[in-house]
Amino acid sequence: MIKRYLSSLALALGLAAVVAPAFAEEGESLPSAGTNVADQASLQRGAKLFFNYCVGCHSLKYVRYSRMASDLGLSEEEVMTNLNFTGAKFGEPVISHMPEASAKAWFGKAPPDLSLEARAKGVDFIFNYLNAFYLDPTRPVGWNNTVFPNASMPNPLWELQGLQVAVHGAAKPGEEAAVEKLTIAQPGRMTPEQFRGATRDLTAFLEYAAEPAALERRSVGIWVILFLAGLTFLLYLLKHEYWKDVHDSH
Amino acid sequence: MANAFSRIGDWFNERAPGLMPAYRKHMTEYYAPKNFNLWYYFGSLALLVLVNQIVTGIFLTMNYKTSAAEAFNSVEYIMRDVEWGWLIRYMHSTGASLFFVVVFLHMFRGIMYGSFKKPRELVWILGMLIFLVLMAEAFMGYVLPWGNMSFWGAKVIISLFGTIPFIGSTLVEWIMGDFLPADATLNRFFALHVIALPLVLLLLVVLHLFALHEVGSNNPDGVDVKHGPKGNRWNPEKPIDAIPFHPYYTVKDLFGVGFFITIAAFIIFFAPTFGGWFLEHDNFTPANNLVTPSHIKPSWYFTPFYAILRMIPSFFGTAIWGVIGMFGAILLLALLPWIDKGEVRSVRFRGLGFRIALGVLVFSFLALGMVGAGVTSELIPAWFPGADVTTWENAFGRLMVLGYFGFFVFVWIYTRFGFEKTKPVPERVTMHD
Repeated sequence: MIKRYLSSLALALGLAAVVAPAFAEEGESLPSAGTNVADQASLQRGAKLFFNYCVGCHSLKYVRYSRMASDLGLSEEEVMTNLNFTGAKFGEPVISHMPEASAKAWFGKAPPDLSLEARAKGVDFIFNYLNAFYLDPTRPVGWNNTVFPNASMPNPLWELQGLQVAVHGAAKPGEEAAVEKLTIAQPGRMTPEQFRGATRDLTAFLEYAAEPAALERRSVGIWVILFLAGLTFLLYLLKHEYWKDVHDSH
Repeated sequence: MANAFSRIGDWFNERAPGLMPAYRKHMTEYYAPKNFNLWYYFGSLALLVLVNQIVTGIFLTMNYKTSAAEAFNSVEYIMRDVEWGWLIRYMHSTGASLFFVVVFLHMFRGIMYGSFKKPRELVWILGMLIFLVLMAEAFMGYVLPWGNMSFWGAKVIISLFGTIPFIGSTLVEWIMGDFLPADATLNRFFALHVIALPLVLLLLVVLHLFALHEVGSNNPDGVDVKHGPKGNRWNPEKPIDAIPFHPYYTVKDLFGVGFFITIAAFIIFFAPTFGGWFLEHDNFTPANNLVTPSHIKPSWYFTPFYAILRMIPSFFGTAIWGVIGMFGAILLLALLPWIDKGEVRSVRFRGLGFRIALGVLVFSFLALGMVGAGVTSELIPAWFPGADVTTWENAFGRLMVLGYFGFFVFVWIYTRFGFEKTKPVPERVTMHD
């Protein structure tokens, strides 16, 4: 009897483990972002990048500076002097100062709020998008992107990555040549490897911003599962004890 | 102490003499067959999830804002600023999906062991009504976060009513209270989701249990314990193969509850979106009537029925046939006691034809779920590069629609005209553990 229950528990968890990733992500698969939201140093580096390169245009309207400080292990002073450049109060959310009307005029579309971007698009999308900008003189702002073609956003991290250009394949008649690969035409301040690390940190920060509870839920979850597993075992023993009557009365 | 308890008991018995008899009838002297197996956990688990949905739902309504302008923000407020709000919301969202997991398994058990057959037709009908109300409840709850998939899902599902001839388009406006899903729609769905449908659901659940306790539970052997030999160690008048529900099945179900909530907790704490199946990516974007999600599809538990809708083509200039097919798929399930005329209940003693048909039903149902969720439209190009996806998907999907409806046609012919060769049903139940 106990063997059957143990094997069914193993079967159920094994099935969940097999099924969950098999159906994990819909849509075409991009290379994995490889982020780790439990890595606080990575989140801090990502936050630094976000507040230096992104907040000029993008808000995180659901993220408060104060909450971010405590989740990322930063003091109020560190956040207010190093990350908060908009003059917002510590308890206020992260709102970009760019006027929406000007944004529309400059980019054709107001830059979206990024609070939930990692949950709406997925971390793999963000990571690969940040690495896929290339110079394209045919676009209004001079940039294009292979992950999100014809994006209206220029590459904000160009001085880190350098200027990337596209190598086009042979064009079929009547069609535009497809982008075969991207190469760095003019190096930036970072090596390609460093830049991938930096965009991974930035992606991890956005993953955190999309679900701050993720940090708490995993650390609490382990204890909840352990408690429930123990409780279930006790309940099994209880059932076994009561059911001796039934088995005796065959 | 014991004296104090019995005095309190006496006080109640004098003033409410019906309480103890009711408790005995439904708990300590409700005799259930002793050979329930794994499949018999799902009834009590459904009740557990219902309680979870009501309790977590109450806490969610304390912070949710019922307006198109504020709903999405208020859900994020619950996720971030409300103490343990994320846990309450994940318990509710995971509970919704697990409700359907449990109910589908519970229904399958009923078909497999013939629990819907005489004298339990009323139990089955009430169960099917519960399933219908549950689907309406889940659909309206899905609209409340007012994400983009909430909006477009609502638009697609409500527009099904637009296929009804003559009154269709007026009916759609009447349901939405606007020309698009909007603030008025959200408010009425909230009212229906948090009070109207839960009341109906609770009433139906009580009736389902009362109806069951009148006729008694079936069992994996489909043996009629009530009409078998009498006399067990608790009562000489009661069936020999039955045991009191309390404490034997209450402790057994308690173990099932422990097992189940361990798995549920694993999802809630480590995979709350379940890879985009329990909480969808597109629903983390606010509702926007100008931006259509790339794939509009309902929640996973509606996908088999949604696939039937999609796979049945339009005839005579109307798309109503798909809608009829979708609701017909549920209606046929409700009519199963009159479609399946076989005398033998349990699959253990039924003919080979029934076993194969049951397998086909399960396979078609799961395959239709894959079609409705858009899995096949991704697998076909991956497995057969260059294939015409629409043609192949339609061919496969329509075959599965035939499989689903074919079950009911086959079972009727098979049992009505005496083709079924059953095995002899034993007089006593068997226990395997």
